[in-house]
Amino acid sequence: MLQSTAGDAEPLVEMRNAGVRRGGRWLVRGVDLTVRRGEIVTLIGPNGSGKSTTVKAAIGVTAPDEGTVRRAPALRVGYVPQKVTIDWTLPLSVERLMRLTGPLERGEMEDALKAAGIAHLAGAAVQTLSGGEFQRALLARALVRKPDLLVLDEPVQGVDFSGEIALYQLIREIRDRTGCGILLISHDLHVVMAETDTVICLNGHVCCRGTPENVLKSPEYVRLFGARAGDTLAIYHHHHDHTHLPDGRVRLADGTVTEHRAHDHPEEAKEKHDAG
Amino acid sequence: MLDDFFTRAMVAGIGLALTVGPLGCFVVWRRMAYFGDTMAHSALLGVALAFLFQINLMAGVFIVATLASVALLFLQRQGALSTDALLGILSHSTLALGLVMVAFMSWIRIDLMGFLFGDILAVSRFDIAMIYGGGALVLGVLVWLWRPLLAATVNTEIAEAEGLRPERARFVFMLLMAAVIAIAMKIVGILLITSLLIIPAAAGRRFATTPEGMAIAASLAGVMAVAGGLSASLNFDTPSGPSIVVVALVLFLLSLVRLPERRGTGETGETS
Repeated sequence: MLQSTAGDAEPLVEMRNAGVRRGGRWLVRGVDLTVRRGEIVTLIGPNGSGKSTTVKAAIGVTAPDEGTVRRAPALRVGYVPQKVTIDWTLPLSVERLMRLTGPLERGEMEDALKAAGIAHLAGAAVQTLSGGEFQRALLARALVRKPDLLVLDEPVQGVDFSGEIALYQLIREIRDRTGCGILLISHDLHVVMAETDTVICLNGHVCCRGTPENVLKSPEYVRLFGARAGDTLAIYHHHHDHTHLPDGRVRLADGTVTEHRAHDHPEEAKEKHDAG
Repeated sequence: MLDDFFTRAMVAGIGLALTVGPLGCFVVWRRMAYFGDTMAHSALLGVALAFLFQINLMAGVFIVATLASVALLFLQRQGALSTDALLGILSHSTLALGLVMVAFMSWIRIDLMGFLFGDILAVSRFDIAMIYGGGALVLGVLVWLWRPLLAATVNTEIAEAEGLRPERARFVFMLLMAAVIAIAMKIVGILLITSLLIIPAAAGRRFATTPEGMAIAASLAGVMAVAGGLSASLNFDTPSGPSIVVVALVLFLLSLVRLPERRGTGETGETS
């Protein structure tokens, strides 16, 4: 498996203490995140924890209100956003979806569709696709732009389990073949790709980070998904040493309550997490 | 057979139908029917203000419709009320304000029914020039805006990530809507403008496999509705604006019959 061999290479994107504020409220703060070529970084966290916001700041769709976001010069980003829904009244074929934001050469488009495994669906209306096929079409859209960094916001949402494994397989193949960096948001708190180099858990800030390796062989994981899934999926089951209160403050394990961000997340936080 | 006023009405109506077809498609795709209705209702306030300040009617309507859409965007950002409630407030309060102002201006005789339901048979040569000039301008801008606007309609984030500036596309689209409302007011009237945007587009959906195809189909359906509606209006002595809308409705119903294996409405890509 290609692990972070390019660990010391120039990062594709590097966030330092980045935060985004909307309407007087911090959506996410204090995010440190680095993605290098060939690396897979997975963000997990509950709804509203700032995963999508972080990703948008990383690729420059939104500007950070504090901290820095640095991208490699002339970085090409392929982006698959969360929950793309296309109104039934809009007649759109997969081919037209591919060419949505600019013209493409036919050969390039066919290659991308083939790589995503949906070459046979080029002429199909997007509304007739299954959840998995539609995600593949969006992946093909991102791939055809030959991205250095592939950003996938919940790529397996609305896909059944076998389709989920196949999609993760495809994402890994893309990384292996093109060597691009991948920044991925997982909709499931507990499931991340086995190839993930770094898992970052967000909840308005970085709660913890680590490699998923320690959970790969856990009995609970094997029981849930079977040995075959072991090649593709990993379970990352973790507990926090603090609780987020509704008013934004944080209750620590010893029962004390502090202001948001005042509590610290030690680097070794992953040690505290129960692997299963 | 064709009287002069009738020919003018036909020429004006066809010019309008050609313009609103593609724009109406975006209204349907972006689910902006009620938004369009709100902008159209604000037109009466524009009429009243145009009379008050003695400026061109179309200019008055264009300005007020644009202001209404900007006001809506601003109120949406505030987030105090749902978009649905905001649209209801803006839509009816601008209409009511317009009606009240018109009533106050006793020194001017205003054909209120003409503004509310259209007076296509009183179309002048100047109106025709405005419809074709304005229509060509609207369609020209729409062609220029097509790619970013379509991308923003499919997904704002993709459009933004790939550098197409969806916010700008959306704002220019508002201006085009305001322009079309200003142009269309005299033909079908404030209360029926939205139907001319939406019904031909909906009728065209069944015959299209591409967005561009649907835009053309919508224009053609609109032309058929205008031709049929005006002829019916002449033959049966019915009001012209409502007659056009009724024919458009018939076309839409026929389009449903032509494709019986209609899929469920509102389906998204994530059906599985």
